Amino acid sequence: MTEAPWYNKGLFSSLNLRQKTLLTIGLTGLVLFVIFICGWLIDANLPTDFAMKMQAPSFSHPFGTDWMGRDMFIRTIKGLSLSIVIGIGASIISSFIATILAFVASVNKWFDEFVSWLIDLFASIPHILLIMMISIALGKGAFGVIMAVAFSHWVNLTRVLRAEVLQINTSEYVALSNRLGRSKLWIAKEHILPLVLSQIFVGTLLVFPHAIMHEASVTFLGFGLSPHEPAIGIILSESMSYLAMGAWWLAFFPGLALLIVVLLFDIIGDNLKRLLDPGEANN
Amino acid sequence: MIKINSKKLAKFLGLKAVRLLILLIVIAAISFIMIQLSPIDPVRAYLGQRIVSQEQLAIMGEYWGTNLSLGERVMGWLSTLASGSMGFSLIYRVPVTEVIVQKFTASLTLMVSSWIISGIFGFLLGVLAGAKEGTWIDKVIKTYCYILQSSPTFWIGLVLLMVFSVYLGWFPIGLSVPIGQLSDTVTFWQWLHRLILPAFTLSIVGIASLTMYTRDKLISVKKSDYFLFAQARGESFWGIIKNHGIRNILIPAITIQFMSFNELFGGTILVEQVFAYPGIGQATVAAGLRSDVPLLLGIVIISTIFVFAGNLIADIIYQYVDPRLRGEDDD
Repeated sequence: MTEAPWYNKGLFSSLNLRQKTLLTIGLTGLVLFVIFICGWLIDANLPTDFAMKMQAPSFSHPFGTDWMGRDMFIRTIKGLSLSIVIGIGASIISSFIATILAFVASVNKWFDEFVSWLIDLFASIPHILLIMMISIALGKGAFGVIMAVAFSHWVNLTRVLRAEVLQINTSEYVALSNRLGRSKLWIAKEHILPLVLSQIFVGTLLVFPHAIMHEASVTFLGFGLSPHEPAIGIILSESMSYLAMGAWWLAFFPGLALLIVVLLFDIIGDNLKRLLDPGEANN
Repeated sequence: MIKINSKKLAKFLGLKAVRLLILLIVIAAISFIMIQLSPIDPVRAYLGQRIVSQEQLAIMGEYWGTNLSLGERVMGWLSTLASGSMGFSLIYRVPVTEVIVQKFTASLTLMVSSWIISGIFGFLLGVLAGAKEGTWIDKVIKTYCYILQSSPTFWIGLVLLMVFSVYLGWFPIGLSVPIGQLSDTVTFWQWLHRLILPAFTLSIVGIASLTMYTRDKLISVKKSDYFLFAQARGESFWGIIKNHGIRNILIPAITIQFMSFNELFGGTILVEQVFAYPGIGQATVAAGLRSDVPLLLGIVIISTIFVFAGNLIADIIYQYVDPRLRGEDDD
């Protein structure tokens, strides 16, 4: 890497790469945590003030106000924290599915074929359509969205883990353990799981940005959270009705905030990947 | 020239056809079961706002077979599908196949144009970034891709809509037909005028992954021995990029672009919703929101075929067009 990131100059130049990576992860994590806590502390029933409706951004309302006079900045933060919760739920469940399927695939050839086929199956329906269908089947709402996003995002991680488990399975110490009479389950738990744990962890974090984006997308289309929830997707689909009137702030800032949160999670995921897998760092 | 072993290709296509058939049956069954498990009541969805008595409801239910077991219903749906019928759309009041053909052709212009635009520009940007690795051009392109990959498609659409339609007033705000005009009387230019913004949105969103891929590929080519040798022979930089770089990365890039049909379809759904473009995406959303189960299931099947076709073409290109992979067992 020839290029120097911003933190490689000035104040932080005394740190080594590992410390810088840790610092980046810490700072981004802190920002996300603060957003999450703030959103959590905000009361869902925002004060409405019709005298202040449809105000353009100003010092007292940095993101402007909506058609009911609610402050868009507060609504956005609340929406982001909801997105983060859903993202956490969906990515944990999806990596759980991925881990189980990767281990199932390692049992024998038939199971492996089955898992590959399952991956093909899920990869061949357009993501959004799959999420819509699952969400409809589960009756929409937060539960529907979390499950829908989880059940459509395990594919990539499963591919990675399956290859990894397959490789470890051919190693000598696994063969030795097998000869010594250890059960497959014991080998999976004691030999394989600890080695793929970091992969699972990074995989979970890398699913996160997609989970948040897809949640917002299906909610925007009307298949996700209910219109009463303060979600970003709801805010953006509401804003569609006011765009023609020139209320650009209703759509611009919430979307930008979502973009920033997604980017932050991406940064954490990438940096963590580098930290846990130094051999890959230069790719 | 491209010489294709027709016997091997036929076997390959035959296997693929079997795979597609199995895939379609499973997807049709699973999506049907999912809808059956959902809180949607087909009789209620059909009746809409009309008020009927309990007896009439029971008669309707019997007529539609809602009293049958799940297994019987799945078999019924599959056998109807096998006979080539996808049922009757509840919203549009015409057969599902008719709706899909009409809406899909409308969307196809959108998808094909943005697919080609994003393919060409994505590739060129990738080559530029890869060739100029480490310079500000590379950084700008990389940042652009990075941001685009993290931004929701529909938000990009909203921003473009605000800038070009509301603020600048260059394009209409929605609908593919001007208000008060029948769709048959629209001139080509009116239609094109309304296609530009959605196609543009879909294109710039689709560029990111192809550009990053092309960039990385070109950089690895630049590190190769034959690249160094070409430099040592004194070829010009862009000459080497053209003769050794692009030649090597064009086929994988085209393959990647064909494999992006999945994202293309997803993007179309969102973009059509933002721009109120009456294509397959809007039909999907309408079918889902208004519980038009036959149409929704029909769209799932069609989109699966669409994505499968993209992957199949990618496979064929990969295995049969690339002269290096065609080699050994062809004779």
